[in-house]
Amino acid sequence: MTGTLTRRVPVRSRGFSRLLDLRLLAVCLGAVVVGVVATALSVSLGEFAIPLGDVAATLVGAGTRTDEFIIVGLRLPRALVGLGCGMALGVSGLIFQTLVRNPLAAPDIIGVTGGASLTGVAILILGAPPALLPVGAFVGAVASATLVYALAWRGGLSPYRLVLVGIALAAAFGAGTSYLLVVGELIDVQRAAVWLVGSLNGVTWDAFWPLVVGLVVLFPATAALTRALDALSLGEESAVALGVPVQRARLGLVVVAAALAAFAVAASGPIGFVAFIAPHIARRLSGLTGAAVLPAAALVGGVLVMVCDLVARLVLAPIELPVGTVTAVVGAPFFLWLLYRANRPVRGG
Amino acid sequence: MTAATASTAEERSAPPLATGTARTAGLVVGLALLLGAVLLSLAVGALPVPPAQVITAFTDWAGTDAHVAVRELRLPRTLIGIAAGAALGAAGTVIQGVTRNPLADPGILGIEAGAAFAVVTAIYVLGITAVTGYVWFALVGAGVAAVVVYALGASGRAAASPVTLALAGAAVAALLTALTSALALLDSGTLDAFRFWVVGSLSGRDLGTLAGAEPFILVGLLLALYSTRALNALALGEDVARSLGQRVAVSRALAALAVVCCAGGAVAVAGPIGFVGLVVPHAARALVGPDYRWIVPYSLVMGPILLLVADVLGRVLVSPGELQVGIVMAVIGAPVFIWLVRRGKLVQL
Repeated sequence: MTGTLTRRVPVRSRGFSRLLDLRLLAVCLGAVVVGVVATALSVSLGEFAIPLGDVAATLVGAGTRTDEFIIVGLRLPRALVGLGCGMALGVSGLIFQTLVRNPLAAPDIIGVTGGASLTGVAILILGAPPALLPVGAFVGAVASATLVYALAWRGGLSPYRLVLVGIALAAAFGAGTSYLLVVGELIDVQRAAVWLVGSLNGVTWDAFWPLVVGLVVLFPATAALTRALDALSLGEESAVALGVPVQRARLGLVVVAAALAAFAVAASGPIGFVAFIAPHIARRLSGLTGAAVLPAAALVGGVLVMVCDLVARLVLAPIELPVGTVTAVVGAPFFLWLLYRANRPVRGG
Repeated sequence: MTAATASTAEERSAPPLATGTARTAGLVVGLALLLGAVLLSLAVGALPVPPAQVITAFTDWAGTDAHVAVRELRLPRTLIGIAAGAALGAAGTVIQGVTRNPLADPGILGIEAGAAFAVVTAIYVLGITAVTGYVWFALVGAGVAAVVVYALGASGRAAASPVTLALAGAAVAALLTALTSALALLDSGTLDAFRFWVVGSLSGRDLGTLAGAEPFILVGLLLALYSTRALNALALGEDVARSLGQRVAVSRALAALAVVCCAGGAVAVAGPIGFVGLVVPHAARALVGPDYRWIVPYSLVMGPILLLVADVLGRVLVSPGELQVGIVMAVIGAPVFIWLVRRGKLVQL
């Protein structure tokens, strides 16, 4: 812990003074580099491979029409939506984990994603226009988050009640989803099953722009709440002592985290495990805890989804797997290891 | 370790059935109610059968549609309901006792998800269709999930709180469910069969399935009954239990074996059905107080009643179709769970 002091450098200019953590900076820069490489590979590789030189030419407007269609029309939006979803999920997961002070909390567990799954599957099974799918999933996520919050409210919100109510509602939503899968026609059920795993197959710019709007609004909101999040991560008493309006801060954080998850689910379906593991990877790489990890969690989440989607496209080509299968296969063992580590009596204090 | 300090005044107030005679009488009433539930389960459905004909279906077989419906269709599902209900009720009671956690349930804690994942693997990946084959998978899956969840939720600096255990269970269940659905995506035939199996239902199973799993359920029920004294001692805290002459590790292991046999067996016959193990012990405890020598027998009677009534409700609510019992139980159970969470300080058992 003493080491953390030596790798922080003060950054000051007029009216601004912050400690810059060099290792966090290195992690973020590393993630950006990996992200750029992954984006380049995502638009280059595939059934119709396009050399990187032609990719560059196309991006500055000098490519062939075919290349332009494949890159700008198909692969670039997919890579960017993956990036955006991953960033949203990483931040959402970090907020929930820090707020609940438990490494296992995530929007997947506490019902937010469950509500989105239910409404999304309802739209796919009950024959509503498929264009409604993102809207329906978004509404489902927001509605279930509101329901979880309301049912967990009892003269104030305790994170523990939030988690437990969320788990119960997630089970109920899961039962509803299963019911829809039982009554649906097999062809719809197949589409729903793929969507339920979380898939970027066939996403377009239509999915990208709402996501960007969401991130542009919600990331600054998250930044504004970081001090409160850090204070809450010390426990309720400490947060009160530090002058944080606990209930308002919790409400704000839950709203932001749930909305981030909702935007991600609307764009891609419920991609599992990213919200779990991205914050953990970010914490381990940066050696930090609490809200300071937020930028790293966002970048790690984004890169994670993009790389997993690249793998999902290429591993069984020409069959495209849903990205959620890859995040599950990659995430599951890591997750189990994490669970084991996270609960070991280590790092006293 | 928090010991016997936790029980509140509310818990100490005398239960409605305080004397041995009253409790025995209550058990007899329970058996009568169970008989009523059995009759309902045999009589109600898409083809309503009058009670008199339900009797004659067994005493004076005439081969009418009504008689066929009662004996060929409804008798198997009723018997499966009794077995699964008793098994899940007992499993929930024992797991609440051994973890001293009022929110424990084989569904919430991921044990049923473990069994379900193992069974789906056995049936659809390894091609084991005989129940005598896949019941072993169910037991191993339940056992591994139980050990993992308990190790995750109960280890570490803090003792196993209801929240850490529930989170560990929900996280493991999410992981296993993701893997199970990934298996189902392999091909459409698998998905078609799987979607009916995974909701948890008493219909579509035959008596052969029950016969294959019944020995394990019986072993589990006997172990549960045998464990009652140990559970009473453990409820006073580990130290007190030890000073009362309990071999705590052995008692816990036997209790865990009871849970695994009951939950694994129930999943093998009926698929994963949640919340029975949550609701039943609370209802039993409300009637007879904290003595497990009574709670366990009561839960053996109340589990089947609950499951059969839920199954009948599922047939009535969306007649002429039906709502699978796993879904009805989630709709009944989730509000109970939320009520338990909301009613104030979580009472430690």
